[in-house]
Amino acid sequence: MRAGGPSAPGGFGRMTRAEWTKFRTVRGWVAGMAAAALVTVLLGLMSAAGSHTSCGGPDDTCPVPPVGPGGEAVDDHFFFAHRPMTGDGSLTARVTSMTGKVRVPDRVPGARRLDARLVPWAKAGLVVKDGVRQGSTYAAVMVTGGHGVRMQHDFTQDTAGLPGGVSAGSPRWLRLDRKGQEITGYESADGRRWTEVGRARLPGLPDTAEIGLFAASPGDLTVTRADFGGSIEQVRFSETTAVFDRVELSGRVAAGAWRRDDIGVTTEADGVTPHHPGGFQESGGTYTVTGVGDIGPVVDGPRPENTLTGVVIALIVVIVVAVVFVTAEYRRGLVRVTLLASPRRGHALAAKAVVIAAVTFAAGLAATAATVSLGTGLLRGNGAVLLPVSGEAQVRLIGGVALMMAATAVLALGLGALLRRGPAAITAGIAVVVVPHLLATASFLPDEAARWLLRLTPAAGFAIQQSIPEYPQVLANYVPSAGFYPLAPWAGLAVLCGYAGLVLVLAVIRLNRRDA
Amino acid sequence: MRRELRAEWTKLRTEPGAGWLLTALAVLTAAAGAAVCASVTCPAAGCGHDTVRLALAGVQVGQAVAAVLAVLVAGGEYGTGMIRTTLTAMPRRGAVLAAKGAVLTGVTLPAAVLAVLGSLLAGRLVLPGRGFTAAHGHPPLSLADGPTLRAAAGSVLYLALVALLSLGIAFAVRDTAAAIGAVLGLLYASAVLPLMVGDPDWQLVLWRLSPSNAGLSVQATVNLDGLPLGPWAGLGVLVAWTAAALAGGGLLLRVRDA
Repeated sequence: MRAGGPSAPGGFGRMTRAEWTKFRTVRGWVAGMAAAALVTVLLGLMSAAGSHTSCGGPDDTCPVPPVGPGGEAVDDHFFFAHRPMTGDGSLTARVTSMTGKVRVPDRVPGARRLDARLVPWAKAGLVVKDGVRQGSTYAAVMVTGGHGVRMQHDFTQDTAGLPGGVSAGSPRWLRLDRKGQEITGYESADGRRWTEVGRARLPGLPDTAEIGLFAASPGDLTVTRADFGGSIEQVRFSETTAVFDRVELSGRVAAGAWRRDDIGVTTEADGVTPHHPGGFQESGGTYTVTGVGDIGPVVDGPRPENTLTGVVIALIVVIVVAVVFVTAEYRRGLVRVTLLASPRRGHALAAKAVVIAAVTFAAGLAATAATVSLGTGLLRGNGAVLLPVSGEAQVRLIGGVALMMAATAVLALGLGALLRRGPAAITAGIAVVVVPHLLATASFLPDEAARWLLRLTPAAGFAIQQSIPEYPQVLANYVPSAGFYPLAPWAGLAVLCGYAGLVLVLAVIRLNRRDA
Repeated sequence: MRRELRAEWTKLRTEPGAGWLLTALAVLTAAAGAAVCASVTCPAAGCGHDTVRLALAGVQVGQAVAAVLAVLVAGGEYGTGMIRTTLTAMPRRGAVLAAKGAVLTGVTLPAAVLAVLGSLLAGRLVLPGRGFTAAHGHPPLSLADGPTLRAAAGSVLYLALVALLSLGIAFAVRDTAAAIGAVLGLLYASAVLPLMVGDPDWQLVLWRLSPSNAGLSVQATVNLDGLPLGPWAGLGVLVAWTAAALAGGGLLLRVRDA
């Protein structure tokens, strides 16, 4: 016996060791945990191997989206009328009109129909950018179709200015001011009293940058429900035309005309003719810019977590093993020996929780690391262009999903100790973790209901696998079935851990009050 | 057979958890359905939701309770060793399985009827407040409507079939924990498998083979042409699964030592 007085027999380290010995000597439990890991890997690889992506075109390869300064995939498609400016300076302009066109379904096949309206995130204004390369650093102040004045930079950053649109009766003045690497956006209703919209620091902006007028209009998104569950997304062409006047450049600007670039424009099948080109006209101090496209992060596309679809099924096995790890003691009467050996009952349960959490985390980590690295390789081999994910997000995905599996195991263990009956506890565990996630992501359930399920139930923990964040300034179908969870990754995991802790505490209270 | 029926009825009647589970089946199904209905809104522009299906969504939860009850009826005896007494007293093993199945169906059906009626009532009360009004093309739920009646009756049968399926699996697996894991795995995992394969043909095959996806198509009342299987054909898939599970469980019960 170890030194340390009467409490030594119940010392926590010894109890944890005892529980580990129990776990590793029951073949079924070890096999179960291995099965859970195997299910994760096999289902993940199966789904990755079975998914083929083709984008048409001459060689059937998918275009690789440009990458922004932060490493994320970006859309960088807009019409840019610009001039090179060296050093500090500013650009001021008045926007007197902003109109748009949106394609609507044809009534007669082949006859294009256009509606005269602006999509909410159509944007036009002033931008300073490191050249005309797609994905280069920029800062812009702009008027939008439905979200007022905004200051945006480097694709992911967005600051709101004053609300309201543009009309002949109420034009909007915009100003972009450069001081070193600091860009400030201003707006004004009359060109005299200016309000700051936002500031951006662009560390990568060279001394000579392109500054000018731009217009872009993202496609109009329509979402309809699919019969299988899930949804069908359609994106229709849209463009915007903005009229600028009173354009004033101050600073060291090269002499000459405005240069025009339809940045990111795609071409027709012939490879030369631009598809949906923008345009620029200048007449007596009035500039008309027409643009198609968007400047912002890409959120639609294959992502590394697409390979982890098997986790939800592996969790069923994890829940069974974790529950049986405690209920088997009740069935065999071993629990009386356990509690005699360690009369502090809370400690006995805590030791069990530590062991099941550690075992599940280890098995889960091995499974997620293997699945993500092999699965993304398979996806790429099948032609998919995965959205790039930062190293931190990758670690969060692999480690976080393993943590989520461990927290689920602790929750199931707590349910087992609380209910003491295997079937009831297993059902409860599956009903609160697996079922809500299935209902939310793979059923006919409406999106609002799905979001509430993923906020309130322990299934909120699945949010940890979302690697691409939701951006309010990018219009997309942000629904659970497309991999967008209502809670932030760590917040979702915290909800699951909260439930696990709560159930464990209730189980300890019950364990202390009742005979075993 | 009467002896067996009576014995099984007595065992089930005196099982402490059975009453609670049957109550839970009815209450949880209706409550989950009501929660789903309460979290949906139908904007003035209209929406394509299938209101009957929304109201009966709780069956997805209720099926787990039905499975637990069934697993306890069969597997519980293996845990305590009671099964040896049962088979000594009633050596006709096929009759024991039949009696257990009959008693289980007998208690599951009334609970399932209550669950489904409760769900429809909750939907009828909650949905109009969420914008599902007759003006938007969603008349209040009523059993006088043919498809609604079919969905309701089909859901009751679905719950009873899930109980029988679980009974068969429990006799094959003989351990309550493993059995419940297997049943819930089959019901829930097979529902998502179609989403995991990329190939549309395989998706369709897996969807049609999945007992829960195919079985619950009996609840659909709109857009029936878009379903991979008709409502009754879908329930037929579940019937086939149940028959296979009962046949397999019964066979193993006959050939193995208890």
